[in-house]
Amino acid sequence: MSVNRRDFLKIVSMSTILSIGGVASVAGLKNRVEASQISKNPEALTAKRWAMVVDMSKFKSEEDYQKCIDACHRTHNVPHITDNPKHEIKWMWPETYDHAFPGNEDEYRGEKFKEMPFLMLCNHCENPPCVRVCPTQATFKRKSDGIVMMDMHRCIGCRFCMAGCPYGARSFNFGNPRPFIDAAKENPEFPTRTKGVVEKCTLCYERLAKGLLPACVEAAKEVAAKNGTTPGLIFGDLEDPNSEVRKILSERFTVRRKPELGTGPSVYYII
Amino acid sequence: MYNGGKILIGLIIFVGLVTFPFLYGGVKATAKPDPKIDTSEILKMPEKDRKCVESKTYMKKEHMKMLNEWRDRVVRDGNTIYTNAEGKTFTMSLQNTCMKCHSNKSKFCDECHNYAAVKPYCWDCHIAPKEKKS
Repeated sequence: MSVNRRDFLKIVSMSTILSIGGVASVAGLKNRVEASQISKNPEALTAKRWAMVVDMSKFKSEEDYQKCIDACHRTHNVPHITDNPKHEIKWMWPETYDHAFPGNEDEYRGEKFKEMPFLMLCNHCENPPCVRVCPTQATFKRKSDGIVMMDMHRCIGCRFCMAGCPYGARSFNFGNPRPFIDAAKENPEFPTRTKGVVEKCTLCYERLAKGLLPACVEAAKEVAAKNGTTPGLIFGDLEDPNSEVRKILSERFTVRRKPELGTGPSVYYII
Repeated sequence: MYNGGKILIGLIIFVGLVTFPFLYGGVKATAKPDPKIDTSEILKMPEKDRKCVESKTYMKKEHMKMLNEWRDRVVRDGNTIYTNAEGKTFTMSLQNTCMKCHSNKSKFCDECHNYAAVKPYCWDCHIAPKEKKS
């Protein structure tokens, strides 16, 4: 059988087009099958951009703060390292006014405000510098709800994010954290971290996915019940004009940490 | 043959070195891995519900790919529910779903991983279920 040049080219071009079409349709089908298998928990709490308001007047004592911090650290198996302050791991911690809001120092400000501990956590910035500097995208901003997440599987421990974060919200595991976690208080439902990764507050993404509020917010409710006040930590959607957070922001005077840096922090303080 | 003696001695030493591991250790096969799925959690289930997320053959062959996929979808997308071919739903979690049934890590995971000399880093962070020492 002999094929002339013209017929040969016809056969080749037709079969190329058919095979490309075939591959594309198979790939499309495969994607659809996979997409139908994995879905969001219908009970999950969702928002466009999660935010938190810390109302300082609702915390009466050091203990009240400590309860929120303990609730967070216990839920996430955060190690308690005391022998070297540089090795300390913190997701939530108290800070003085002058440290939290530098540039506003005033020598005549009363002792009460100078020593008042402010509750600090990751600000889950709108424009997070830690995400910009991460070489492996181990830390990333979730498009769905604005949480600045950590993917521990990808973190290579370069600590660029710690240099990038202007709030000191990140801690590095210089050693194995496990010996510093109280085995009796360990949360078996959440992983620990390993040597050589950076960690920080993740706004309880694992609790939100189950439809629960963050651990610190729950603890603040308990504290409020004890003190007979409304909760000191208010959690809600910044993009929803009817959310509790937005109502407070429109009525009360609030401050954020270092907004002049342009990071757009999502944690607000009422003093 | 020039330097015949030296070459022969060299050859004997070479053959000796190469065959040393076989002569020393013997040529016996390592015991075949025998992963166990008879944990009390699994035995408690009624016979007809005793099924993993996907079929046994699929899990044997693809569990590592599936776990990677689960990890990425949960951590990066925040999607936590997996629906299998039968329409049953599961929460995608190594620590809270897989290991709740397979609570025998040493007999279920390590048995084959040690045999195949693979060292997945799961347990550097994820907390393995507490096993009773028998």
